[in-house]
Amino acid sequence: MNSISVRALLVRGMLAGLVAGVLALLVAHFLGESRVDAAIALEESHSHHHDGGEELVSRTMQSTAGLATGVLVFGVAIGGIAALVFCCALGRIGRFGPRATAALIAGAALLTVYVVPFLKYPANPPAVGNPDTIGRRTALFFLMVALSVLLAVAAVILGRRLAPRLGNWNATIAASAGYFLVIGLAYAFLPSFNEVGKDFPATLLWEFRLSTLAVQATLWVTFGLVFGHLTERLLVPGADAVTAGNSGAGRAATAAG
Amino acid sequence: MAQTAAPATTAVPAITPISLKAIAPWAVFFGILMLVLLYFVGAEQGATAVISGEGVHEWVHDGRHLLGFPCH
Repeated sequence: MNSISVRALLVRGMLAGLVAGVLALLVAHFLGESRVDAAIALEESHSHHHDGGEELVSRTMQSTAGLATGVLVFGVAIGGIAALVFCCALGRIGRFGPRATAALIAGAALLTVYVVPFLKYPANPPAVGNPDTIGRRTALFFLMVALSVLLAVAAVILGRRLAPRLGNWNATIAASAGYFLVIGLAYAFLPSFNEVGKDFPATLLWEFRLSTLAVQATLWVTFGLVFGHLTERLLVPGADAVTAGNSGAGRAATAAG
Repeated sequence: MAQTAAPATTAVPAITPISLKAIAPWAVFFGILMLVLLYFVGAEQGATAVISGEGVHEWVHDGRHLLGFPCH
């Protein structure tokens, strides 16, 4: 019975991730693409050697179908992973219902998967970044994401251990402080990169980075709300009683078992 | 069972956690599948490559930049 609900939650997570991906795609297209185009225009005006060869994928395809592929696949994948995290967290992180658990996971994921790594290794537009260091930059970026996620999981476990002694509020503060202390050490000791060209406009860089933040915020907030709504309907008896009357009772019995 | 003893309380009833044993097979299979998807969106043909050429990189180029991955 449990494995049926894991499957049901996984399907809902991927669906919610797809919906979140669609909204994030709109933000990426309307906020982000003009900045990507501006950066590519700068890149081309500065490079003296022209390849002359044909583009493998045209700019039009990259900014529409290509962008959609990337963002939607990303949405479905993070939705699936977040649903698995939700399965583990539900009923284990305190007295939160499904909707609140989904919202907490989405908020924590935005912070730990994107914002914390972004503050150390921010997103770069085309024309920024030395191709020779891509290996090191990629490795350190994923290291930072992994470190942040593992530390967050450790902080949640630590918080739950401390809760009986300190109370929920103080245990949460202590565990969060531990998380940010170790993240601060990682910020201090991991190498940084400054590969922004001297003549690259600061405003364009700032606007590009803000739009990547808007994409991720849209993605995670939408995911949290949609997935929360779906799980509440699946798992809580009578959550949709107002609209569905007594029909929720049968589903509630199966979900509770 | 414990909850039914005090039906009048306004507190949210605790939810029974899903056993980790039930989650494990799903987590292993779908967790890896999702990570592979993320790899192809975020890193393939950048620092490392499973498929030769530039097709994947060029196709998801804009998504990679706007999702915050190091692209090139």
